[in-house]
Amino acid sequence: MNMQRFAKTSSNNISRRGFLKVAAGTSAGLVLGMNLGSSTAQAQSAGAASLEFNAFVSISPDNQVKVLIKHLEMGQGIYTGLATCVAEEMDADWAQIVCEHAPADVEKYANLFMGMQGTGGSTGMANSYMQMREAGAAARAMLVSAAASQWGVPAADIQVANGLVSHGQHSASFGELAMAAAMLPAPDTASLSLKSPADFKFIGTMAATRKDDGKADGTAIYTQDIQLPGMLSAVVAHPPRFGAKVLSFDASKALAVKGVQHVFAIESGVAVVAADYWTATKGRELLEVQWDETRSETRGSAEILEGYHGLVETPGVVAESEGNAAASIAASSNVVEGVYEFPYLSHAQMEPINCVALVNGTKAEMWYGCQMPTGDQAAIAAVLGGQTNEVKINTVFAGGGFGRRANPNSDYIVEATRIAKELPGTPVKLVWSREDDMHGGYYRPAYVHKLTAALDSEGMPSALQIRVAGQSIMEGTFMASSIIDGIDASSIEGLTEMSYHVPERQVELHTTQTGIPVQWWRSVGNTHTAFSKEVFIDALARKAGQDPVAYRLALLKNNPRETAVLQLAAEKAQWGTKVLPEGWGRGVAVHSSFGSTVAEIVDVSVDGDSFKVERVVAVVDCGVAVNPDIVKAQIEGGIAYGLSAALEDEITLTDGRVDQSNFHNYRVLRMNAMPEVEVHILASTNAPSGVGEPGTPPIAPAVANALTAVTGKTFSRLPLKLA
Amino acid sequence: MAYTLMINGERHDVDVDGDMPLLWVVRDHLKFTGTKFGCGLAQCGACTMQVDGVATRTCVLTVASAVGKNITTIEGLASPAGNALQQAWVELQVPQCGYCQSGQIMSAAALLESNANPSDAEIDAAMSGNICRCGTYSRIKAGIKLAAKDMKNVGGAA
Repeated sequence: MNMQRFAKTSSNNISRRGFLKVAAGTSAGLVLGMNLGSSTAQAQSAGAASLEFNAFVSISPDNQVKVLIKHLEMGQGIYTGLATCVAEEMDADWAQIVCEHAPADVEKYANLFMGMQGTGGSTGMANSYMQMREAGAAARAMLVSAAASQWGVPAADIQVANGLVSHGQHSASFGELAMAAAMLPAPDTASLSLKSPADFKFIGTMAATRKDDGKADGTAIYTQDIQLPGMLSAVVAHPPRFGAKVLSFDASKALAVKGVQHVFAIESGVAVVAADYWTATKGRELLEVQWDETRSETRGSAEILEGYHGLVETPGVVAESEGNAAASIAASSNVVEGVYEFPYLSHAQMEPINCVALVNGTKAEMWYGCQMPTGDQAAIAAVLGGQTNEVKINTVFAGGGFGRRANPNSDYIVEATRIAKELPGTPVKLVWSREDDMHGGYYRPAYVHKLTAALDSEGMPSALQIRVAGQSIMEGTFMASSIIDGIDASSIEGLTEMSYHVPERQVELHTTQTGIPVQWWRSVGNTHTAFSKEVFIDALARKAGQDPVAYRLALLKNNPRETAVLQLAAEKAQWGTKVLPEGWGRGVAVHSSFGSTVAEIVDVSVDGDSFKVERVVAVVDCGVAVNPDIVKAQIEGGIAYGLSAALEDEITLTDGRVDQSNFHNYRVLRMNAMPEVEVHILASTNAPSGVGEPGTPPIAPAVANALTAVTGKTFSRLPLKLA
Repeated sequence: MAYTLMINGERHDVDVDGDMPLLWVVRDHLKFTGTKFGCGLAQCGACTMQVDGVATRTCVLTVASAVGKNITTIEGLASPAGNALQQAWVELQVPQCGYCQSGQIMSAAALLESNANPSDAEIDAAMSGNICRCGTYSRIKAGIKLAAKDMKNVGGAA
């Protein structure tokens, strides 16, 4: 998601603490007496009462500082990132900090860029940076104030370092001061003085161990690992085509399987509930379902894309216009044209879709990697006819997300709720198989782009017309209000407000309708717009007979940020000076998304019809890099994710049925295709911006440009194939 | 039907259908959840355990065929290679979402137990059956090399 689509709110709740709250060490899972709140061994051993300083910080007398994390930890490192901000302003000892997912509570834990509780759009750190620092500073001020009272010394003379509060011969740990400090009124946010960056000890400088631990020894708990007394496992037979419904079913054979306990229809298919997952799938295999396919999507992806190719030859809804690009192009004798096609993509996160639900009347308790607490709560409450405050969500680690877990329809969460509603009082774990996930929709939409430019006598673009055809991600969701005058900005983001200086521009959009469910996929519209933009710019540079980096720099004259990032990338990769082996080539791309800018320079080696991406040099400007090692990890991962789509990923449909089913035919990047990746972070004092998504967009165009440099062949679709 | 399994050096008796994959016996019946379900088709490696020391995709290995074998899960990984890998994983901050990492470590341990000093190509060959969608491959490879080096240093000192 793009943060601009959400209304900003100024709410900052850390000073709203009304009264002292003494909570149990872990609060989640109390209904069933289970300790599922955190997977970390440290948190689970925290038996002592924890004293709440504010919505984000609690301190226990045994000197543990617990940081409640309002965002879903799905690998992006947000536990560590937010804890870093708190530790910085508290002057805590890193070892004393543990993290736990915050409960669903929009009053306390809203994403300040969204106005609702949720994780997405690479906004986790960006919206929390000041809030979490203030939470740490507030707790520190209370600790200092308590110490000042106890010791009879001025608060201003008290030192805090490494989790120790001291003055002269007095010293006390946070834990020793916690009881007295937590009873003090929370200071006003305005009265807090935050550190100057020169005094940072954690932010931007530390190589701290990550706080989402338990991931090297199998102890980290994901949805799939939730165990509850009496819990049953559920699978669902979904229709073979999108939009089909259950007409009738015969469960007799399924129910004859030992261990299969219930079979019933729900809105999305037929649920099979058994003692364990394997048994449930065996039951499902024997289920006979008649589907009503009269309203289902029966087109194939080739047919759909053929229609898009026709659309981009016709005018669309104008999203951006400067000058009269069409007239200038028509009058020009030097025109370059490019058409680019993008397939549907599955997120294919490693942990298949799953959710644990326990329903009693209008009350529900859920356990899963919850990315959108506010939306999910509303969706669950709607299914049960109850209120959102009757829905308790226990958030656990997610085994990857890449957009799939932030479903605006809460699709699989609603499905789990509907199943659990039929079995009141029994916890049910809904699990989708990999095949269910591959077939289950919510893909990155397929698109076709057409770019046409007129070049001036210097070979620089004087007019640019862009047409995009594809489905809207927002349409039909609660975010449809973000579609303004027929324009879903997420379909064209990255092509509008382009950083390259082109005097006359027009961007047009054809929003299409299909029955195939679509959703954001790591970096959203930038997954395709960066490709056409950056591959097309290379085509213009070739036509002009100019070096791709020099050509871009000339067009970026009004964009110092992209200029700086691209220049540093060229320097680090020794662009233009490094001698490459025979059969190798390099390509470049630069793109800004989610408030950050990334340039990538790629070396490829070509051998006949096959090629390998050998090396990637990336430079990122993400403002202050709170955890440099995690920023690097996110750029490395973003590159790998985008490279997978550049090389292999593709969902196709034949007669409305998805052709791919598992990793043997939905091929993804494996270690043998992973290039060497070198990430450089541009030093910055700007506020932190996104890192989870911005690494993805430049990689596919950089690879295509490198392949063109070696082979002379141009590319008009993803994934990239030489033969 | 009743089966007796040797898992992490301990005997476990289970009463399940013989065609149930070892993965689901271990996860749903014995409640060892460190080993993950990713694909059910031996395509992603998340379910990797060691069976008689060999990295094995247990989502397609029936419980009946696992009887009489020494099975090691991430919970029971205690070999010098396993310990060195787990330390390297923390030191290099390898995991992101972490869901695939039990399988990655089990595959890497089997590799280092049979080849103390693998080349890049040997690491690629041993590890390309394990998918990581977060894209931690570079760090996994670096982790294997660091573990190999640490083991050599320990061995040299002894």
